[in-house]
Formats: sequence, C-alpha cells, structure tokens
Amino acid sequence: MWTPRVIPCLLMHKGGLYKTVKFRDARYVGDPINAVRILNEKEVDELLLVDIDATAHGREPHFAQIEDIVGEAFMPVAYSGGVTSVEQMKRLFALGVEKVFTSSAALASPDLVADAAARFGSQSIGVVLDVKRGWGSSRFGLVTHNGRRKAELTAAEAARLMEGRGAGELLVNSVDRDGTMTGYDLEAIRTVTLAVGIPVIALGGAGSLADLARAVREGGASAAAAGSLFVFTGVHRAVLITYPAQAEIERLFGGGCDGA
Amino acid sequence: MPNETIAIVDSGIGNLKSIANMLSRIGVASRLVSRPEEVALATKILLPGVGAFDAGMAALHERGLVDVLNERACVAKVPILGICLGMQLLAEASEEGERQGLGWIPGCSQRFSFPETVPPLRVPHMGWNTVIPSRECVLLTHVPMPRRFYFVHSYHVVCRDPADVLATTSYGIPFVSAVARGNIMGVQFHPEKSHKYGMALLRAFAELA
Repeated sequence: MWTPRVIPCLLMHKGGLYKTVKFRDARYVGDPINAVRILNEKEVDELLLVDIDATAHGREPHFAQIEDIVGEAFMPVAYSGGVTSVEQMKRLFALGVEKVFTSSAALASPDLVADAAARFGSQSIGVVLDVKRGWGSSRFGLVTHNGRRKAELTAAEAARLMEGRGAGELLVNSVDRDGTMTGYDLEAIRTVTLAVGIPVIALGGAGSLADLARAVREGGASAAAAGSLFVFTGVHRAVLITYPAQAEIERLFGGGCDGA
Repeated sequence: MPNETIAIVDSGIGNLKSIANMLSRIGVASRLVSRPEEVALATKILLPGVGAFDAGMAALHERGLVDVLNERACVAKVPILGICLGMQLLAEASEEGERQGLGWIPGCSQRFSFPETVPPLRVPHMGWNTVIPSRECVLLTHVPMPRRFYFVHSYHVVCRDPADVLATTSYGIPFVSAVARGNIMGVQFHPEKSHKYGMALLRAFAELA
C-alpha cells in the first residue's frame, strides 16, 4: 500500500533552525541535529532541509553542517538552497542527501536540471517553485532569491519546462501562506499537479493534519510538507517538534492510496 | 560468515554515506571498496546505485569491477545485495539504456506503465510502500510488519524466472520489489533510509552465513 508522504520542512538560517511567516520574521526553533534525532524517533517519511540564506547571500550550501545533519538522519533527506552546479550536487549526494532541489539556478538555467538528471537520474533532482499570487503575468507567479526577485515564467509554465528537462519532482511552496497555518494554496498546487506527471510536494500554509489530506485529495499532491505544523504547538506557538503516528497518517489519507 | 565486514561497492554513483551510516548504527562493520583487488577480497558485498542504468554499468566498467564482481557472485558465491539501481544492474538489461547488465538475474527493467483500467500514476514511484514477500527468505523474515520501505524509481525489474521473485509491491500494478537467486539478492527500495524496517533487513544481510 502506497501512502502519500508527510514531510517536515526545516529551515536553516544563521546556523540554526528557524521558521518564517510569509518568508519573513524568522523565529528560532532549535538546533538541527537535535531536531533530526527527534524526527528519527518519530520515523518521519522524509525530511526537507532548506537553507533560506544561501541563494539570497550568493553563497554555497554549508556542506559541513549538512553532513552533520544528514549523518543523523535515517530517513530520506531532500536539500534545497544555494545549489548552482552539478559539482555541488555531487558533493551533497556524497554526504548522504537523497534529493537535491534547485530553484533560482534552475529557472535561470534549465540546462542545469537536464545535466543533473542525466548524471544523477531524475529521481534525485527536484525543483522548488515559490509561488506568489498576483506576481507575474498569471495569477500564480514565481519568485526566487528567498522571495526577493520575480521570475518570468508562471508556475504552470515553469512546472512543464522543468519536467521536460528531467526533474523528477516539484515542490510548490506558497509564499503567501508560508507560516500562516491557514491551509495550503490548493489552487496553486492544483495548477502545478495538473500541468505535470511527476510527483509534486505541497508546502506553505498547513495548519492542521486535515490540511495535509486536502493537499493530496484536492490539490493532487503526492506529498504534503509543513514547517510550523510540526515545530509549533498550541495557540501561543510554543516550540515542540511533533509528527503524526503512522496509523494517524493512514487514517488521514483514507487507509492509504494506490498512487496519486 | 556472519558479521564480517561488508564491502560497499563505490563506483561513484551511489549514496554510500547513508548506507555506511546505517550499518554503523546497527553495529555492522563496513568499508567502501572501489578497486578490483579490494572487491576480490570481499566476502559480503553491497552494490548500491542511484541514477541511470547506463551510467551505473559504465561506472562499474570504468573501474574494472565487472570481472571481479562476476567472480565473487558466480564462482565464490559470496552474498551480494543490490540496492535500487544496484538491483536493476543484477538483471540483463533495461529499457532505460543500451548497455548490458551484470546478467545474474534473468530479466530486464521496464519503465512503469499502467493499463488503461487504472488511473495513470505519477512516475517516479516515490515514497513509502509495503513489501509483500513471495516466499520465505531470511532477508525479510525479521522485518517488522507492515514492512514499509522507501522507494524512489521509475523502472522496475521484470524477472523471466518467477522463482527469482522474493517480494512484490503494488503501485498501480504489482511489480518486483526484491529478488533473490541463491547468493544474489536485490531490493528496489532503500533499506538505508527506511528506519527500523531497513535496519532489520540490513541486519539480516549482515548475519547471513
């Protein structure tokens, strides 16, 4: 029985883990190694690590820190942030990362995705689409550089382009919903899932477990990722790393699916 | 011999660190081997691999590992476990490429394709899925229920000899998720990234006589 993935998303910033709201107001939530150890215990489906500074500061991934984190992770790890070359990807895979996502670099140079897919296989290469409503020519525009720059393509155009170049997976992240816990931008997710045949991860806005199920059922996503939902608890947003039990996940997705 | 050092074949295409990390976590000694003379001494071999089929075979050829792997697998008959692409390399060929595989398991890899009677599923098959043993094998016996493993692949092995099928998994269609032919074994999923399920499988491989 195949079950959609439920993916905690950890944001790396200033050497620690932080959580943002609409890509701003980064709040410290803890130490990455400690977080990964807790997530091991909870047997999470997959882990998404995003360095939110790298591209914006024009620097490389922090390889040493990533190695430390991944060395503790007994679940698949996807990494995103500051990756601009296949050489960097090779280093990340050698450190134990399963999947590398690019965003700005892929949109600026789609050949990077083609080169990477040819070398490492599509299944290890993903593209992040940071979607913002009302930006660009369509309702779902794209931004890069941690939300600071506008991309030319719409979300659907970029999705098709990246699939064509060999990306094995897309991550649709809603800038407007980031950290708000008001639910995913299901329309944005659906726009992308309808455009491609590769798996799509939904991110941005999950405020409840029911939201995760909606991303899959209504958005067509193959995986639901969340930050705040898994690092905050209660109305005062106290920091506590949580993750639903497997039985709960299966109940959530109606006893699993045979594909999405 | 149970519990000897496991040789992890490093042909530059696999995610070896993850495998070494998990073996170390369960107290199993391993070392990376990339030269033919190192492989020649191995008494238990893991053959990992990610990426495209031709790139995987090319990497083995470039390092001069194919002959020595043949000797280990077919003459010395040491236990060998292929992981992900490593399992596909055990077969004869793949729709994904032009090269010949190692040819130890009769069959070839095909891309996922779904009959019209099922809704088309997304490819790659990515995520957690259950593995259903087709027959008794120590590799899976001690894996706790519900035997969930992490998959990420677009191609799957189709065995010509049904006796080689060790386990199947369903993703729109049933496909072969593990093979075993004597000392030669392969799993399509990633035990090194599958929590306690993967730990149990790798421990079983480490304890194989």
